Amino acid sequence: MSEEKTITIEVDGQPLETKAGALLIDVTDAAGINIPRFCYHDKLSIAASCRMCLVEVAKVPKPIPACATQVMDGMVVQTRSPMALAAQKATMEFLLINHPLDCPVCDQGGECELQDVAMGYGSDVTRFVEGKRVIPENNIGPLIATDMTRCIHCTRCVRFGDEVAGMREMGATGRGEHMTIGTFVAHNINSELSGNVIDLCPVGALTSKPFQYRARAWELTRHTGVAPHDSVGSNIQIHTRRGEVMRVHPHSNDAINEVWLSDRDRFSYEGIKSEERLTQPLIKKDGEWVETSWEEALETAASGLREIASADADQIGTLVSPTATLEEIALAQKITEGLGSPNIDYRLRQEDFRGNSRAVPWLGQSIASLEDVDSALLIGSNIRKDQPLLAHRVRKAALKGAKIQLVNPLQLDLHFDAAQMVSDPAGMVRNLAAIAEAAGGSHHLTEQIEVTDEHKAVAEGLKCSKSTVILLGNIAQSHPDFTILYGLASVIAKAADAFVGVIPMAANSVGAAVVGAIPNKGLNAHAMLENPRKGYLLLGIEPGLDINNPALARAAMSGAETVVAITAYRSPCLEETASVMLPMAAFGETSGSFVNAEGRWQSFSGTTGPAGESRPGWKILRVLGNLMDISGFDYSSSEEILDELRGAHGGELQVASLGAAKGKIRSAVTGLARIGETPIYAADALVRRAASLQETEEARDAAVARVNPSVAADAGLLDGEKVAVVQGEGRAEMVLKVDANIPDGCVWVPAAVPGSESLGDQFGELSLEKV
Amino acid sequence: MKVFIDYIRSLFLLELLKGLQLTGRYLCAKKFTIQYPEERAPMSPRFRGLHAQRRYENGEERCIACKLCEATCPALAITIEAAPREDGSRRTTRYEIDLFKCIFCGYCEESCPVDAIVESRTYEYCFENRGENIMTKEQLLAHGDKHEVQLAKDLEAQAPYR
Repeated sequence: MSEEKTITIEVDGQPLETKAGALLIDVTDAAGINIPRFCYHDKLSIAASCRMCLVEVAKVPKPIPACATQVMDGMVVQTRSPMALAAQKATMEFLLINHPLDCPVCDQGGECELQDVAMGYGSDVTRFVEGKRVIPENNIGPLIATDMTRCIHCTRCVRFGDEVAGMREMGATGRGEHMTIGTFVAHNINSELSGNVIDLCPVGALTSKPFQYRARAWELTRHTGVAPHDSVGSNIQIHTRRGEVMRVHPHSNDAINEVWLSDRDRFSYEGIKSEERLTQPLIKKDGEWVETSWEEALETAASGLREIASADADQIGTLVSPTATLEEIALAQKITEGLGSPNIDYRLRQEDFRGNSRAVPWLGQSIASLEDVDSALLIGSNIRKDQPLLAHRVRKAALKGAKIQLVNPLQLDLHFDAAQMVSDPAGMVRNLAAIAEAAGGSHHLTEQIEVTDEHKAVAEGLKCSKSTVILLGNIAQSHPDFTILYGLASVIAKAADAFVGVIPMAANSVGAAVVGAIPNKGLNAHAMLENPRKGYLLLGIEPGLDINNPALARAAMSGAETVVAITAYRSPCLEETASVMLPMAAFGETSGSFVNAEGRWQSFSGTTGPAGESRPGWKILRVLGNLMDISGFDYSSSEEILDELRGAHGGELQVASLGAAKGKIRSAVTGLARIGETPIYAADALVRRAASLQETEEARDAAVARVNPSVAADAGLLDGEKVAVVQGEGRAEMVLKVDANIPDGCVWVPAAVPGSESLGDQFGELSLEKV
Repeated sequence: MKVFIDYIRSLFLLELLKGLQLTGRYLCAKKFTIQYPEERAPMSPRFRGLHAQRRYENGEERCIACKLCEATCPALAITIEAAPREDGSRRTTRYEIDLFKCIFCGYCEESCPVDAIVESRTYEYCFENRGENIMTKEQLLAHGDKHEVQLAKDLEAQAPYR
């Protein structure tokens, strides 16, 4: 292949070896020779529209754009010759014709590519005296501030929407002087990756709205960190000023998030400054919450748990959030073990625990390898909303021609071509069993399975490809038949020679499993609540929102003698259930580590001091351990804990089976079935308090009950009407939305949204009532 | 011979008379001493005294929170916090100058793109309590309002050279 051939070119008198066919700008970038550019971006297609990268090439009469020129053997390039400089200066002058001179009020000032390039390559005076073009303001949502008068038409945002986000939300209208970039018709930008256009925009046309006017680039201190919301573990830069987190940017890492960041990870920092932050230890005295000292609060917590443990250690149950750091989870586990209790779990949203409970659920392969699959079967996964950057990898595979198929309880709005098999929750199991049968696998389900042509087509699609992956997502893990789904996935994987993996739900789900926050012989998260314990230790949990069955959790905890909640937020459901609240440092305030979906250990340090009297979780747990006289709590830094954990659990992750394709299907219901998805902006305590994200259409539309038109007609309900959702004892009033994407016999009632606290399992039987 | 001339010079106190001649000239000349505080020395329009923030004629504060003064201040005396105002414009929510740190170099004034922060002709001020050395936005604006006529005149005088 000619691509492999090494050639030599000369740039500014410097000989460079490179591969034939490479882009000139890539070659010069690698050699550290700077060529100015605006429209070129290495993750986007070539537009060559800004003309800023014009260079002189010998034997070519006119200057040519370096971003759209492939190198050839013996090419002689001049980037600073009189011809190149004149071309660059002229381009700069044209770009500045319509660019306003409002750098002092522009948020991009100080980190503006146009400013930098104008300083380096532009003229020092303007010859332009005519009127400048002005574009009226348009509002494109609560996350991105626009000032299109500043736009230089590089079309990076347009190409991003087209090529990466998969939604062509922005585009150019008009020609020449009248060309404007906008949303065609006025609407909000709704992509879950929309924030990336802020980074892409070389000027101040698209800037961050929550950060608007708040700080300058030169004032900020950058700290590298890890995004806390999904199991991708995106690398981020936390920008702080005077001990305050000002904004979050992506930190490029080609193995994980490339250069992108999901909106959830980018804008959730606002939740740190929430009014609901707990800044002082609280104790419940005679039903009243009173502020107290750390000493008293810790003593109350320790003695409360110790008393219960000394009577019967099995009466202690520990629930840890999978968004807590590795160190915190390990210490919580150590305390539980030290008290003599076997009951600890992090799988708060899981309902079905029939399978091999000690296995670590993880992706089973690297994140980057997802884009090279030929075929993928996603089971119970709204991947686009739950793990936006994994969806980006899958999308890349799909664009390369991979066949993506989904088995889900609702029709998803995806940004890639995929075959979606939609059914009620019980139907998912039957569909999967049918695919397994069609693929030639065997299962031991008691039910009769009907294999249709559709199932055969899916099985055929999986079997005919070279590298196939089967992934179970968030919906599958909350599904009442998760173990059967996993078992069937394994059967299909065996028949189709595929990889099977689980997409972990939270930032540290894998880490929690690795360090052993899984009961060995004790009670799992569900059993701990079904058989109420006398004492609970909660780490970063809001019982009404973070648990599969909030009604059960609230009942169990309300009846307990001592509930010690280590939490960053004071939430109503904790006020109702807890007996001691210990303020914990939030995201960005504590050091720690996460293990992401592919099993990569990533550590980060604290960037600001904890708010008020709050303390890092690992310090609180260390003191609790000391007060309970449990040995081995002498850590002086989180790194010490990490070193110990690395020694004990740092080995490579093994792919282990989590379930078997047998047993009774528990998801079958006689009435309406609930589909209890966790919406993207309700996933954890931090994002639920991120003000700007909560103002997005996505979040505003989340707390509704959705049914398809035929279910609505049967129940005599209308779109927009208020209905009561009744699940067991629980009842919640929600607005009804008629949505054809929901299958028959189902109601989409999300978890973790206001109103869902009183409901039961995320998947189960419910009924709708008129209000 | 030289000895003789020197003797004559010292005899007639010629050196002394020479010195007294200078004294005498200044005795009759116009006096430089001014009777402060009744009298004041003349001041350049570029005098760098106590800071002030200016407003436009319609009463709108000039400062747009670009933070160039904060960035350029070599003594790190300026602290600014900004946020969008209700009308969406870019404004400071906090603008403080620590007069203990300030070295009155005038870089803030020079960097300001809208002539908002200026150094006035005021040089007579004192602090009696700790904390008074921090000039807040309100104090700066009040000071600016008080001296606006003079400030505008001084800026105009400097304009051809900036």
